[in-house]
Amino acid sequence: MKELISNNTTKLMDWVEHRFPIQAIIRASASEYYAPKNFNFWYFFGSLALLVLVIQIVSGIFLTMSYKPSAEDAFASVEYIMRDVRFGWLIRYIHSTGASAFFVVVYLHMFRGLLYGSYRAPRELLWIVGMLIYFVLMAEGFMGYLLPWGQMSYWGAQVIVNLVGVVPFIGDLLALVVRGDFVISDITLNRFFALHVIALPLALVALVVVHLIALHEVGSNNPDGIEINDNLDADGKPLDGIPFHPYYTVKDIVGVAVFLIFFAVVIFYLPEMGGYFIEANNFIPADPLKTPEHIAPVWYFTPFYAILRAIPNPLLGVIAMGASIMLFFFLPWLDRSPVRSIRYKGPLTKIALTAFVIAFLGLGYLGLMPPTELYTQLARFFSLVYFGFFLLMPIYTSIDSTKPLPDRLT
Amino acid sequence: MVLMAAMSSHLWAAGGAHVELETMPVNLNDKHSMQRGAKYYVNYCMGCHSLQYSRYNRVAKDLGMTDKQVLNNLVFTGQKVGELMVNAMPTEDSAKWFGIAPPDLTVISRVRGADWLYSYLKGFYLDESRPYGVNNSVFPSVGMPHVLWELEGLKKQVHHAEQEPDDGHGGGHGASKTQYELVVPGSMTEEEYDRAARDLVNFLVYVGEPAKLVRRHGIWAILVLILFLVAAYALKQDYWEDVH
Repeated sequence: MKELISNNTTKLMDWVEHRFPIQAIIRASASEYYAPKNFNFWYFFGSLALLVLVIQIVSGIFLTMSYKPSAEDAFASVEYIMRDVRFGWLIRYIHSTGASAFFVVVYLHMFRGLLYGSYRAPRELLWIVGMLIYFVLMAEGFMGYLLPWGQMSYWGAQVIVNLVGVVPFIGDLLALVVRGDFVISDITLNRFFALHVIALPLALVALVVVHLIALHEVGSNNPDGIEINDNLDADGKPLDGIPFHPYYTVKDIVGVAVFLIFFAVVIFYLPEMGGYFIEANNFIPADPLKTPEHIAPVWYFTPFYAILRAIPNPLLGVIAMGASIMLFFFLPWLDRSPVRSIRYKGPLTKIALTAFVIAFLGLGYLGLMPPTELYTQLARFFSLVYFGFFLLMPIYTSIDSTKPLPDRLT
Repeated sequence: MVLMAAMSSHLWAAGGAHVELETMPVNLNDKHSMQRGAKYYVNYCMGCHSLQYSRYNRVAKDLGMTDKQVLNNLVFTGQKVGELMVNAMPTEDSAKWFGIAPPDLTVISRVRGADWLYSYLKGFYLDESRPYGVNNSVFPSVGMPHVLWELEGLKKQVHHAEQEPDDGHGGGHGASKTQYELVVPGSMTEEEYDRAARDLVNFLVYVGEPAKLVRRHGIWAILVLILFLVAAYALKQDYWEDVH
């Protein structure tokens, strides 16, 4: 009997394999895809980002079943989800916490790239596609934040869309096209909803697939920043590589477990995260006639918002803000160091990266605060450091000393 | 377990005023307190302030009352027990009467925090310059009469610390505690009124997020995840034994 079943299973799998190469795909992308054996803590965040994407899509589908995208009903429908929908509160908190978690893991994932030079040749496209994902993710977060239709949703969107208006000559027209109205309105809410639940998630998933294809083409970088394919065994397999499955699948599951513990603590005990994940003022329904005293975007946008505010001229401010994001795309060509990883780079690069991290976090804090004189001066200083990190990189990476690279992974 | 809902209250010491708030430990285990709070609410507040996202029977279930008890004690408008807790006040008229339509208060505790609400309920004092004869220390020039005056009585300020003008820095520096003197006694002593205020705030914190009563059981989900972590880690160690 047992034999019969296993015989039939093999037959079925063969039948499928002749029509769709499922086993070949699994072999090529998992059980015979070799990854460096020395991945550390920073390498958990790629798989975690994928997990959060799935969490957001699934929780989002359930929210869509009860949410009503209209200015009249949106706020009430969110409260309906929180009260009358069975486990609606859980689904909503999973989604709202997931949004912030997405940015946490993506920022850590990007920082890993900075640490170990994962953007360097031949991984330039991998990096650029990753940046495109980040870009779409920001749009996704921004449009999703309008949907609860609270005061912060409304005025945050108003402020950001007005930024488009500073473009010379066609700015007002552009802002009108984005809003579909002269102010943020029911029309805006509807189109943001469409983009948030259909257009941008489709783009995200497609870009993630491209990101993974690119990764599997060039192979993973590692904390040493050297190629494992330079040292192959007699069978042509990398000596310092291990099959992604089972080694990294079981390792990533440990990362998933740790992540989910943190995630659950926030969902069950700190869903507002002291006003950073869900702002207190967003429990006041949107009121187009009443501007809140202090409008700050959600925490994951604040570094760029602080750069915007640091510059007195609105047009230059918007350009600087755009540039602060766009510069990431050019990293593969800005970094002239002969080595990839921070482990073998010299003191100049280490100082520059440290200063950048401090500036990024500092800007993030300042973006949440009201713009006082002192804070504005600080934001200007941090903005200079921020741009210096990128624009001076060709200089400091070429003159910086380096340590000799090892032949094999350490 | 005491759940603090007031995390951001000092950040949003709204009404524009920077006054020190009294802290109030929220207790969502005290169902009797929340029941009394619900009763005060429908008697004194709900004529003007609806709870339009909350349903009577949900309050009944969460606070340990039967539908019948709720219908007898909390519903005065002939509504059915499964209905939303709306009131009959027309928005346009109320805006005319009070200068601004009294807001719905279902989620007010999530905007203001418990400390603010508690201080607000205790902050009314006599002020003849105001249309209703009272002002509020945490919400200056509030367009609301002291509806609980029968309970608390009426008090006047005897010492008003100088408040620094709002310099945009936020924070409550320069403010000190205000002293009051009872002018007209109410039906409650000061301790009784404090308790009534706490009851109301407990109820408002509950009704702002009924899920609070459930989500504290999330500890079980976390414990399961910790077991999952232990198993996952053991599995990983087992597989990685031969990697050097």
